[in-house]
Amino acid sequence: MSAEIAPGVAQWLRRVGGAVTDAGIKLGYASRFFVAVLWETPGAFRRIHLTVREIYFSGVLSLVIILMSGLFVGMVLSLQGYETLSRYGADEQLGILVALALVRELGPVISGLLFASRAGSAITAEIGLMKTTEQLTAMEMMAVDPVARVVAPRFWGGVISMPFLAALFSAFGIFGGYIVGVRLIGIDAGAFWGQMTAGVDFYPDVTNGIIKSFVFGTAVSLIAVFEGYNAKPTAEGVSSATTRTVVMASLSILALDFVMTVFMFRGARFV
Amino acid sequence: MSLPAKSSSARNPGANPACRLDPAAAAVELADVSFAYDVRPVLKGITMTIPRGKIVAIMGASGSGKTTILRLIGGQLRPGSGRVSVGGLSVPELEPEALYALRRKFGMLFQFGALFTDMSVFENIAFPMREHTEFPEELVRDLVLMKLHAVGLRGAAYLMPAELSGGMARRVALARAIALDPMLVMYDEPFAGLDPISLGVIGQLIRRLNDALSITSVVVTHDVYESLKIVDYLYFVSDGRIVASGTPEEVRASSDRYVRQFVDGAPDGPVPFHYPAPSYREELFADVS
Amino acid sequence: MNRSAIDLWVGIFVAIGFGAILFLALKVGNLLTLDRTPGYRVEASFDNIGGLKLRAPVKAAGVLVGRVESVRLDTKTYEAVVRMRIDNEYQFTKDTIASINTSGLLGEVYVGLDAGGDPTMLKDGDRIAKTQSAVVVEKLISQFLFDKASSGGGSSASGDAAPAKAAAKAAEGARK
Repeated sequence: MSAEIAPGVAQWLRRVGGAVTDAGIKLGYASRFFVAVLWETPGAFRRIHLTVREIYFSGVLSLVIILMSGLFVGMVLSLQGYETLSRYGADEQLGILVALALVRELGPVISGLLFASRAGSAITAEIGLMKTTEQLTAMEMMAVDPVARVVAPRFWGGVISMPFLAALFSAFGIFGGYIVGVRLIGIDAGAFWGQMTAGVDFYPDVTNGIIKSFVFGTAVSLIAVFEGYNAKPTAEGVSSATTRTVVMASLSILALDFVMTVFMFRGARFV
Repeated sequence: MSLPAKSSSARNPGANPACRLDPAAAAVELADVSFAYDVRPVLKGITMTIPRGKIVAIMGASGSGKTTILRLIGGQLRPGSGRVSVGGLSVPELEPEALYALRRKFGMLFQFGALFTDMSVFENIAFPMREHTEFPEELVRDLVLMKLHAVGLRGAAYLMPAELSGGMARRVALARAIALDPMLVMYDEPFAGLDPISLGVIGQLIRRLNDALSITSVVVTHDVYESLKIVDYLYFVSDGRIVASGTPEEVRASSDRYVRQFVDGAPDGPVPFHYPAPSYREELFADVS
Repeated sequence: MNRSAIDLWVGIFVAIGFGAILFLALKVGNLLTLDRTPGYRVEASFDNIGGLKLRAPVKAAGVLVGRVESVRLDTKTYEAVVRMRIDNEYQFTKDTIASINTSGLLGEVYVGLDAGGDPTMLKDGDRIAKTQSAVVVEKLISQFLFDKASSGGGSSASGDAAPAKAAAKAAEGARK
């Protein structure tokens, strides 16, 4: 009996071990890649117009979706929040509810997810396509480092854009919350803003939100350029790399968010 | 794709002593070179010499390892064994900085052009100049227009690559390959997929530029007709080995079976028609109980 | 898209991005309103501070005059020592009473100040002598039950008066 089970179990163990080793190798390679991208940073900023161009493509072109989503999320928060708060007669707390939810969590996280799916996938597809059409090899053969010229500017374009996008998301969300809460529902504007200002602190609420968006920007941009640079040079390869970018970046955002929230807001408000 | 070697911050290619080329040595020499992708052997003991100033064609069926030879010369791959040298310098042993300095003396034409799609034709050709020299913009402009004129596309200078036909894109890529007056130009399937007129144009350009600029050209192709018209020497590669070589006259007159199959385009011969498979009869009648 | 147009848009993007961050910092958050107004510090001891938190408001007649800066437990007297910062423009008498209140049923807990008639004012580092601790609901209930039990099988006629009296007594008991 055990003679029959053992080979099957051994094979399964071998598969698991192999998967873990592969994941480890990929992680090690990704870390080296990250270091290489950081190393080429001075090059990316020497060719500042390249990085500016990438800020345009990652940041400016994401504005529409970020602002609209922020507005809608803020409005929904306001509606749902009012419904629950009014049951306890605490509807004056609506401003602080909307503001804290957005600034601490929803701003960085949702804009990070949107950024990953819009800008992240575009970056991966672009780099993957350049690889497929041998543009990256051509650059190498012309003695120009593609990491410095193609990868690093896109990475920094993403990292720089994210905090601004997250802040804009939160700002528009609060504005949306104001529209619904004060104008539509009729909560007192003074209470709305006053409670908010009293309850939202620059440190830790706003600063932690900014830190989170920086971390998310780094994670998404790194995953996007990594997947693009290492995509298989075929149509299927590029498309699966793009999908992987969105999935891995989204999961990373949520996981990192949890870890950071534990450290940032654990007991920060309690005496 | 492995991480690329770091580029040299120095903009003067001649300044790097590690890549001083020997003017007396042949342009490219491969001595008993072997290479394998993981476990699959691709090249098994290749020896070839490419003299300066000549055009040499490397011919073979698809997948015979021709492009691998180009990558070995360019330093993208390291041979498993054997020596790859350019101008007397052993390429695989170069430091990353020296390798990048050496590459500035190369030009490469990729199969479908590999033009940078986010830049115009003008900017594509100006790219190596702007990256590796401190030329003022007026000089860059003059040089770019000169190169474009040499390939007959000066009027297309401000088009985007997406607006070019296949043949035009190939010619622009050629202009880019010679932008810095290289000593060695490598052509990866320059004739693939072109109409007869473009074929003739590209072939003529390869010959004329080689002679006018005194460069050495290595052409990897399987277009026999065009190659025989313009090259000085041919190597035939099959299954990782060199099976034949000679000048165009020798090749045309050759009685070697492989050369004859290639030149005549015969479907069956030393390169078999049938992919290895078990006996036809056995397969058809298998599992008939 | 030519370079100057891209530069313009990136400039606009960065500008409104910074604007949003500033908005969040100042209007939404309280970056400048806090810790910038000069003030003086006073301390007060309480039996129980209830749900008083750091940075809780200090109000007099419902007007915000300062913030709670720190709370600690005095290990000798086992009382809560609250240090608060009061804005310089508000002066309070030495016999001010500090009490812990709740705004509304679910509102936040704050320190209320009732000024007295003493001619001398509180200075930086002074102590508020009279304080009123937070109303702890459990003590209120147990007091009520105790009073109910002690008034014996009291007649139902005095049933209405008794709870009110007991509540008043419990509140009395909660005072220092």
